[in-house]
Amino acid sequence: MINYIIRRLLLLIPVFIGVSILAFALLRLIPGDPAKSMLGNKATEAQLQSLRAELKLNDPLPVQYASYMKDVIKGDLGKSIKSHDSVIKEISTRLPATIELSLFALIIAIVIGVLAGIISAAKRSSWFDHLSMTGALFGVSMPIFWLGLMMIWLFSVTLHWLPPSGRLSVGTHLQTITNFYLVDSILTGNWFAFKDSLAHILMPGFALGTIPMAIIARMTRSSMLEVLNQDFIRTANAKGLAKYLVIFKHALKNAFLPVLTVIGFQFGFLLGGAVLTETIFSWPGVGRYVYQSILSRDYPVVQSTILIIAVMFVLINLITDILYKYFDPRIRYD
Amino acid sequence: MGENFLLQVRDLHTQFVTQSGVVKAVDGVNFEVKPGETLGIVGESGSGKSMTALSIMKLVPSPPGEIVKGEILYNGDDLIKKTEKQMRHIRGNKISMIFQDPMTSLNPVFTVGEQLTETLRTHRNVSKRQALEHATELLNLVGIPDPKARLKNYPHEFSGGMRQRVMIAMALACDPELLIADEPTTALDVTVQAQILELLKKLQKELGMAIIMITHDLGVVAEICDRVMVMYAGKQVEFTDRFRLFDVPKHPYTWGLLNSIPKMEKEKKRLKAISGHPPDLRHLRKGCPFAERCPKAKASCRIQAPHLQEVEPGHLVSCLLYEEEKVTLE
Ligand SMILES: Nc1ncnc2c1ncn2[C@@H]1O[C@H](COP(=O)(O)OP(=O)(O)OP(=O)(O)O)[C@@H](O)[C@H]1O
Ligand SMILES: [Mg+2]
Repeated sequence: MINYIIRRLLLLIPVFIGVSILAFALLRLIPGDPAKSMLGNKATEAQLQSLRAELKLNDPLPVQYASYMKDVIKGDLGKSIKSHDSVIKEISTRLPATIELSLFALIIAIVIGVLAGIISAAKRSSWFDHLSMTGALFGVSMPIFWLGLMMIWLFSVTLHWLPPSGRLSVGTHLQTITNFYLVDSILTGNWFAFKDSLAHILMPGFALGTIPMAIIARMTRSSMLEVLNQDFIRTANAKGLAKYLVIFKHALKNAFLPVLTVIGFQFGFLLGGAVLTETIFSWPGVGRYVYQSILSRDYPVVQSTILIIAVMFVLINLITDILYKYFDPRIRYD
Repeated sequence: MGENFLLQVRDLHTQFVTQSGVVKAVDGVNFEVKPGETLGIVGESGSGKSMTALSIMKLVPSPPGEIVKGEILYNGDDLIKKTEKQMRHIRGNKISMIFQDPMTSLNPVFTVGEQLTETLRTHRNVSKRQALEHATELLNLVGIPDPKARLKNYPHEFSGGMRQRVMIAMALACDPELLIADEPTTALDVTVQAQILELLKKLQKELGMAIIMITHDLGVVAEICDRVMVMYAGKQVEFTDRFRLFDVPKHPYTWGLLNSIPKMEKEKKRLKAISGHPPDLRHLRKGCPFAERCPKAKASCRIQAPHLQEVEPGHLVSCLLYEEEKVTLE
C-alpha cells in the first residue's frame, strides 16, 4: 500500500512536467506579440520592453522554460502583470476559498445524494423514489448560472434571507488561520462569523452541488438496487440483523464503490463549475481569479493557476484510488 | 396432541404475483419437525423447496412474493402473526439458515470475524472480545485450521468448502434450535460435499439442533434425514420416514426419483430421469400436476386433484391411486 502511494506520487512528476509545458506554452503561443496582447494597444514601447524583460520573452523558449521551472520549484509562481501582486500570495488566500466551496458543495451532494439514493432503493417505487428521481433528472440538466441567478433573485432580492455575494459581510471580523472561514470561525470560537460565513456559502454551495448531487443520487440508487438483490443480503437478513445494519452496513459498503468513482469525477467537475459559481456569487476563489485573469490577459497568473489546479486534480484522483482499497478489500495494489 | 413439535407447518401457501400470472410456489404444504431430528425436503428444481424454507424465516422476497395462507407454529407460536421486529429476534438466534452458494452468501467486503461476531453481538449481550473468542471457538468447531488468524481474512481468501464451513459457524453462533440448510452441498465438489455432510451430522450430535435439509439428491437423504417430504410443483406429494421412502415409496413421482439414482457403483448405465418437464406454475390445469408425466396416470387424474392422505401409519401420499373408492363414486 505504502509502495503504491509512493509509486503514484512519483507518477506526479511526469504529469507535473507535462502540465507545466502546456501552461507555459499557453503564454508563448499566442499569435503575435504576447507583450502587446497582454498590455493592449495603448501600451508604450517602454512598457512593452520592460514586460518582455520581466518575463524574459526575448530568450530562446527552452531557456525561458528552464528559468520558469526553476522559479516554480523555488515556490515562486511569478507576478500578476496587472496588480504586480505575487501569484502565490493571491492563490494562498483564494485556493482555500475554492476548496472550502467545493468541499461544502461536495459534502452536501454526497450526504443528500447518497441518502436519497439509499432511501429510493430501499423503498423502490414509493412516492419518495419517484419524487427524488424526478428531482435528480431536473438536477442534472440544470445550468449552474441559471440556477445561481434564480437563487439570488429568490433568496436575496425577494426574501432577503441570504447575502448574494462574497464570503463574509462587510464589518464581520474573523481571525484567519487556515483561510477556510467555516473552520477558522469554529477554531476561534467566533459564532457570529460562523453564522455569517455559513449564510454566504449556502447558495453558491447548493448551486455548485446540485449536478453532482443528482448524479450521485441516481448512481447510489442503481448501485444499491443491484446489491440488495445479492445473496449476502439475504444472509444478513437471515442472521436477524436490524434493517439499518443490513442497508447501511452490508449493502452500502458494497454499493459505494461505483458511487466513489462518480464522486471522484465530480470533484474535477466542481473545480470547473467553481469558475461559473464564483463569478455569479462573487466568491473570491481561484475560479473567479482565473476568469478575471483571462479577461484581463494576465497570462502569468493563468499559467500558474492552471498548474496548481492540475496538481490538485491528480492528487484527488490518488485519494479516490486509495479510498477504493478501503471499500473493496479484494483490490490489490501490488 | 401429546407429541412435542419444534415446528409445525399447516396448509402453507406462498405465491408470487407476476405480470404473466400468479405463481403458486408453495401450495398447501403440511409437515412438522421434532426437536433434534432431521427433516429432508426433496424435489426437482422449481418445486418450491427454497420458498418453503424462506417462508419459515419470513424472508420470501416481497414484493412480488407473499405468504397468503397457513400457519407456521414454532414452539406453538405462529410465526406468520409475528412482526418483523419479533422475527429478527428469531432469525439467526432460534432458527438459522445456510444457503446453496457459499461463494456469494458471504459479504465480500467484511472479514469473516466481523461477520461472525456481528451475529453474536446482535443476539447476545457480549463484549467485542468475548464475541471474538466465541468466534474462534466456532471456527474451530467447524474444522477450520488456525481459527484465530483466519478471523482476519476476507471471504475471497477461503475455498468454497471452507466458506460453507464459515456459513455453518455463523448459523450455529447462537445455538439455534433449528437449522435450515438449503442445498448446502450442491455447489461443492463431491469430496467436499461428503465432508460438509459429515460435519453437519457431527454438529447435530454434539449440539442437538433440528435440521431441515433441502436437497434434490436422494443420496443426501439416505445419509442424514430421519423423515422426508417430497415436493412437486409446489405441492407435497409424499411424506414419510427415510426407511419407508426407500423401501415402499408410494407416489409415482417418488418412484421416478428413486429410479434416477444408480443402485450400485458398477451400474453405470444412463440414469433414468423422469421424462418431461415440471409444469408451468402459472398455468396449472385442474387435476394432479404430475399427471402429464405420470406412468400410472388415468383419465380421472386429469380431472380430479388428489388429497394428502395417510395411507399407512406415518406415511402420507397425495395420489389418486390411493383414493380409488372416491373416484368410482363420482
Ligand atoms: N422472485 C420470484 N418471482 C416469481 N416467481 C418466483 C420468484 N422466486 C421463485 N419463484 C418461483 O417459485 C417457484 C419455487 O421456487 P423455489 O426457489 O422454491 O424452487 P426450489 O425447489 O428451491 O428449486 P431449486 O432446486 O432450483 O432451488 C419456482 O417455480 C419459481 O419460478
Ligand atoms: Mg432452491
